[in-house]
Amino acid sequence: MKVLVPVKRVIDYNVKVRVKADGSGVDLANVKMSMNPFDEIAVEQAIRLKEAGKAEEIVAVSIGVKQNQETLRTALAMGADRAILIVAAEDVHNDIEPLAVAKLLKAVVDEEQPGLVLCGKQAIDNDMNATGQMLGALLGWSQATFASEVDIDGDSAVVTREVDGGLQTIKVTMPTVITVDLRLNEPRYASLPNIMKAKKKQLDEKTPADYGVDVTPRLTVQETAEPATRAAGVKVADVAELIAKLKDEAGVL
Amino acid sequence: MAVLLIADVTNGQLSTDAVAKALTAVAGLGEVHVLVAGQGGDAAAAEAATLTGVAKVLFAGDHGFCHTLAEPVADLVVSLAGGYSHIAAPSTSDAKNVLPRVAALLDVMVISDVTAVIDAETFERPIYAGNAIQTVKSGDRVKVMTIRTAGFDAAAAGGSAPVEALDTAASGGLSTWVEDKSAKSDRPELTSAGIVVSGGRGVGSEADFELIKKLADKLGAAVGASRAAVDSGFAPNDWQVGQTGKVVAPELYIAIGISGAIQHLAGMKDSKVIVAINKDEEAPIFQVADYGLVADLFDAVPKLTDAL
Repeated sequence: MKVLVPVKRVIDYNVKVRVKADGSGVDLANVKMSMNPFDEIAVEQAIRLKEAGKAEEIVAVSIGVKQNQETLRTALAMGADRAILIVAAEDVHNDIEPLAVAKLLKAVVDEEQPGLVLCGKQAIDNDMNATGQMLGALLGWSQATFASEVDIDGDSAVVTREVDGGLQTIKVTMPTVITVDLRLNEPRYASLPNIMKAKKKQLDEKTPADYGVDVTPRLTVQETAEPATRAAGVKVADVAELIAKLKDEAGVL
Repeated sequence: MAVLLIADVTNGQLSTDAVAKALTAVAGLGEVHVLVAGQGGDAAAAEAATLTGVAKVLFAGDHGFCHTLAEPVADLVVSLAGGYSHIAAPSTSDAKNVLPRVAALLDVMVISDVTAVIDAETFERPIYAGNAIQTVKSGDRVKVMTIRTAGFDAAAAGGSAPVEALDTAASGGLSTWVEDKSAKSDRPELTSAGIVVSGGRGVGSEADFELIKKLADKLGAAVGASRAAVDSGFAPNDWQVGQTGKVVAPELYIAIGISGAIQHLAGMKDSKVIVAINKDEEAPIFQVADYGLVADLFDAVPKLTDAL
């Protein structure tokens, strides 16, 4: 079985996000970028499937700017076999919407014929939580989102999902799209020799036009603003004062 | 035009609070029809019909819609989509699973976690874990969106809308339900509780989370946790409050041993009153707390529990 893993290049999760003063977006110039953390978990899961003999080849795909090469090299250094970069934007501030990403991924799936697509459950930049579900819809495949346990057995997969109020286990027919949640695994670090080897692995570059997909956004961003801040309150000296304040001043006890 | 609001139903039980709040969010967009799907959902449909502002309830009672499996429920919604300008649902894990699939089948973008409805085409939503708020305008003919309910008041009961039964059969074959492992609890549900007591990495261990639970039980509160506490294995994931977990807005939120990472603040900053207990007086949580107590939680929390 071939496994396709889409990976997104996003602002590093440790970097403090700054909203541009003119309200046009978030400042991404000269900011450290990394692989979306949920996508790292997806790459790791694909590698574990290969190590367990359930997958033969792992293809990583990234859609965005030219610099997404670095993100794909990270996936290759972790253990993906080859990579496809679809250059769909020149400016890093131009985020390609999940619907367009799903259409491009569908085209890649039609070409590559994987038995499984493993994605992160959401990207930590636009927080849409949509690409995997949309891809499942366009392919007419089953979907298993927010996975914390994955067991693939021939024509079906049993997936435990993180849902409100606990866990839900479902059985899906293969091929399928699985989106992964935080607790599925802990991604490995790429070793130095593997980073060197990754530089020699195949990385094909494409454009949306190669697949006949229109990536024009459906949503127009009118403004990006700082969230409303909450004023700091007071410090209390001890538990007794805290209870008194909550009873008399705030009236919540 | 009309709005189709997808009700959140778990094992036949309507998530009344979430649906009533989402109802308030979309009430201005047109006549609201609520969809209840799943065999045994009769009572949930009847309850949805009592919410003020609901014009009609559609009840699809086929067994195949139970457990809100994404593929049949998305097909059901798409089959009904023709008459609606907006398809909305509260941002529950079920809605996040189903609505993007609906949107793709309709060839429209989904708008996730809407926090404000500006007009019929324009919406606000948080991005970057709540570090920025984006205003987006949709050019799609149908707007498919999930509503982050924390900022909306619940619509009151007192209505009596008609319930229309749909005989749509569920499409099948792609997925089947195996089991639910719900955390059995006598405590109130996290997203609708009046008081939430949350613990962070500072609590130190799963065993010491008992301190948080004891205080919560004394207050009749729900228990929450920061992502750091969940990642460290102190608390289950469904307790997680924050951008990647649940978003809450109770009357009183007590954050214990939580530093206040922005991803956590995104999940609780709309609470009416915030209390922070932390031994580090520089912790960012104090910048949003109405009442801050700089203290060792192992000393302060038992004292607080005893004094209440």
